[in-house]
Amino acid sequence: MVGLQVSTKIEKEKIKTTSESVKKNVVLHTKDLNLWYGENHALKNINLPMLENEVTAIIGPSGCGKSTYIKTLNRMVELAANVKVSGEIIYRGQNIFTKSYRVEELRTRVGMVFQKPNPFPKSIFENVAYGPKIHGIRDKKVLKEIVEKSLRGAAIWEEVKDRLNENAYGLSGGQQQRLCIARCLAIEPDVILMDEPTSALDPKSTLKVEELIRELKENYSIIIVTHNMQQAARISDKTAFFLNGEVVEYDKTDSIFSTPVDSRTEDYITGRFG
Amino acid sequence: MEVVEEKKKYINLEVVQKKMATRILLNKLVKYLFLLSTLFGLVVLAVLLYRVYIDSVGWLNLDFLRNRLSTNPDRAGIVGAIVGTVWLMIIVGPVTMFLGIGTALYLEEYAKKGRIHSFIQTNITNLAGVPSIVFGLLGLTIFVRVFGLGSSIIAGGLTMSLLVLPIVVVASQEAIRSVPQFLREASFGMGATKWQTIKHVVLPTSLPGILTGVILALSRAIGETAPLVVIGIPALLIPVPNSMFDTFTALPMQVYYWTIDSVLVDEYANLAAATIIVLLVILFIMNSIAIIIRNKFQKRY
Repeated sequence: MVGLQVSTKIEKEKIKTTSESVKKNVVLHTKDLNLWYGENHALKNINLPMLENEVTAIIGPSGCGKSTYIKTLNRMVELAANVKVSGEIIYRGQNIFTKSYRVEELRTRVGMVFQKPNPFPKSIFENVAYGPKIHGIRDKKVLKEIVEKSLRGAAIWEEVKDRLNENAYGLSGGQQQRLCIARCLAIEPDVILMDEPTSALDPKSTLKVEELIRELKENYSIIIVTHNMQQAARISDKTAFFLNGEVVEYDKTDSIFSTPVDSRTEDYITGRFG
Repeated sequence: MEVVEEKKKYINLEVVQKKMATRILLNKLVKYLFLLSTLFGLVVLAVLLYRVYIDSVGWLNLDFLRNRLSTNPDRAGIVGAIVGTVWLMIIVGPVTMFLGIGTALYLEEYAKKGRIHSFIQTNITNLAGVPSIVFGLLGLTIFVRVFGLGSSIIAGGLTMSLLVLPIVVVASQEAIRSVPQFLREASFGMGATKWQTIKHVVLPTSLPGILTGVILALSRAIGETAPLVVIGIPALLIPVPNSMFDTFTALPMQVYYWTIDSVLVDEYANLAAATIIVLLVILFIMNSIAIIIRNKFQKRY
């Protein structure tokens, strides 16, 4: 019953936020999303409208479903066995769960950066050119342009421009993660999903990635999962607090951190649990 | 009482010291026992190689490699068997690679893990242990008789492919399984299809392991005799094959018949020894290539 009350509250919240920012379109709209891993009900009645050119942070304790949720947004969650989904996620007017919706197309529009830097065991150039290549770009000159533009976009061009043909595994962890962001930018996505992108990085690299996220939101809609509440407060416009597979609260980041409505949110952000 | 309880020791130093000598002695003995086990195999192999070498001295020369088969030991050569073996490898290599890697990819990347999957898996593992003569009978029934291919290179090659298929499947599966999941996720996450992911990420990363398996399989195929005997490959064959539908003979067959017939003509034993040297050299080269590939292309991720 608690879940129902919460979701009606979110409905109200949603109406408020959409009316406040009329200029911004909803890019990804999750409606009544439920997800099961076998018998385990991992996501319960999720309703979240996410706006264009904003950074939406998803916070919550371990095992609350935040990673599962972000992987549902580009249907990567289906790679796991025994996943069942109900409800809708509307991306630019279309439900991504309809049979005719091609998952490859979705993932081209909704890119992803993973928790652990995961470059391919190829050269730096080949890593960034991978996406354009699988989408049919063969022209060497065009590929070169894309690679440079993407590496500049991910603020790593200056560091790697002289060693594009070296193996990506020679880079430091922080550089690898920015390379992965560049690789994601190379397919020119509309939305970028980031699943704890800085959790494997040192503070200095984390800072760089955070700066980058702030720049990227000019052109992209970003959804970021983080277990670091300071990070959410620093970089996001909206924050959703997940607990036990439910959205407890979703609001502007400032409001969530200054005047949380739900006592559980307050307990979590003040460090009483989690 | 309580104080005594606290100071009670379970390890008795005297007993420990008494037993120490035997323990250390056993420790040393075991080491030499294992060394002996290793030496046993090595010594036998060395003796074999030495005998074969001594027998072949004077017989292994360019003429032996160039000449055709003859009943006269002085004029006999193995060019037919060499060409036959090369032909056999031309069939076995591509067929085994395609079927073996295809099976491994299906089982690892496509098939749902469940009862049927583990049933197939168990069967493939068991297939690797089936005696080669049984595969020979299979080849005789299906390729030689049903398909009517006769004792041709293609029939022999297909039979041999079936025989070594499990080696490639198991090695490829292992190599494919060792490709970390995060690399596949990275590819899928950019909108790549499953086939694109396999072609550009999974196969290149697992290639060293797969190639090692393929070369080991070919090394096995090149030396197998039993299946060839069963499907009726002749050894006394003078013409050199020039298409895959010709009858042929192969190096191990030649060794087999010359060894049997050495009771009739003594020199045949020397010819067999010379042929064994040729076969071993080819095997040695193939295994070296496998090792080089494994070391050179191993990537870190």
